[in-house]
Amino acid sequence: MPKVKIPRKSTSIDMTAMCDVAFLLLSFFILATKQKPPEALSVSPPNSVSAKAAPDKSILITLTKDGRTFLMLGDETKKADIINNINAAKGLNLNAAEIKKLNKALFIGVPFSQLKSFLSMAVEPSADKLPGIPTDSTNNEMSDWLHSVTNVYAGTDQRQLQEMLLVKGDNAAHYPAFKQIKEAFKKNEIYKFRIVTNGEAVPVGSELYLNPPKSN
Amino acid sequence: MAEMDTSSGGHHKKGPGVKKSKKLSTRVDLTPMVDLGFLLITFFVFTTTMSQSTAMNMNEPKDDSTQVLKVKNSGAMTILLGKGDQVYYYYGQLEADKLSDQFKSTNFKEIRNLIVSKKKATNIDDLMYIIKSDKESTFKNAIDILDEMSICAVPPGHYAEVDMTATEELLIRKTEEANGIK
Repeated sequence: MPKVKIPRKSTSIDMTAMCDVAFLLLSFFILATKQKPPEALSVSPPNSVSAKAAPDKSILITLTKDGRTFLMLGDETKKADIINNINAAKGLNLNAAEIKKLNKALFIGVPFSQLKSFLSMAVEPSADKLPGIPTDSTNNEMSDWLHSVTNVYAGTDQRQLQEMLLVKGDNAAHYPAFKQIKEAFKKNEIYKFRIVTNGEAVPVGSELYLNPPKSN
Repeated sequence: MAEMDTSSGGHHKKGPGVKKSKKLSTRVDLTPMVDLGFLLITFFVFTTTMSQSTAMNMNEPKDDSTQVLKVKNSGAMTILLGKGDQVYYYYGQLEADKLSDQFKSTNFKEIRNLIVSKKKATNIDDLMYIIKSDKESTFKNAIDILDEMSICAVPPGHYAEVDMTATEELLIRKTEEANGIK
C-alpha cells in the first residue's frame, strides 16, 4: 500500500485581521465611554426605580457617610456670581485672588469662618480632612449658600433651577443630617429638588411594573 | 496585509559590484499585539460603569401650621424607620392600652406587601401613609421607603414624611432592645 503523504501546513495564522478587530473595539470603547467628572468625594448613593437621568450641570449637595455636607456649584457661568453674592451677603471679606481660587475649587466644604484659611493653603487638602459646611439648626450655613444660589438664579427659569438642585447622599448617612439639608432648602422656599440615585429595575409584578407611568 | 512589497519593482539585474542584500521577511508576529488589544478591551469594559446615575424627584411640603391635613384613622398607616434597616408600622392611631397589638415590626422585604394590601383594603381618598424616620435610620432607608411608594404606585399626596413623636421613639427603643438590634 502506498503511503498517503499528508502535506504539512504551517500553524502560524495571519493575526492581522484579529489585531484590527481588537483595536477597532478598543477605540470604540474608549470613545464611547463617557468620562465621569472627577469625584473628590466618594459616596455610594441609594437605589431607586426612577428612570430620569441626573443632569451633568448641577448644584449638588453631597452628604457623606459621617454626615458632613459639601456643595458643588456645577454651573460654571453662575459660579462666580454665587461666590460674589455670598461674599457680600456674609461679609466674608474675600479679595479678588481668593474669590478666583474659590471659583476654581471643585467643591466647598468649610464653614464661613474657615474659608479664608482654607483658601490660603498652598495645597488643597483632601476632602476627608475638611469639616464640611455646617447644617445645624442653629447655624445652617448651607441655607445661606442656597440663599445666594436663589438670588443669583432669580429671574431665570425656576423650573430649570429645580432640575439642577441635586442631593447626593451616602447610603449609610444618618437621617438627621439629611433632614438638615431639607431644612436648608425649605428655609429658602425651595420645595422641589432631586435625589441622585443609582438606577434600578422596577421589581417584576409590582404595580409600577404592571402600569408604568406615561412618560411626561 | 502585514507584509510589504519589498521587491523593488521589476526583476532588473543589479549591476556588477552591487551586493545582493539578503531579503528579510517583513512578516511580524502580531500575537502579542492582539493580546494587548484584548487586554485593554477587557480593562475598559470592566471599568466602565454602565449604570448612569438617575435623579429622583423630591417634593417637600410647605410648613404651614394653618393647614393641617386631617387623616382618617381607618385610612392611615404609619411606617417608622429604625436602626439596622428595621421597619415598624401601625394602622390608625396609637392607643395607650393596645400598644403591643398595634405596633408591629417588619423589614424592607415585607413592607411592600403591607403597603399594597393596605392600599387595596382602603378607599383611595382616605389612604394615607405617614412616614417617620428615627434619628438612627439612614439616608438609604429614607430613600428606599419613598421608592417603595413609587413602586407600589401610591399617588403623590397620599404619603408624607412627618417627625416622630416621643412615644413612638420610646416604642422603637423598647422593641429594639427586645429584638436585640444594635
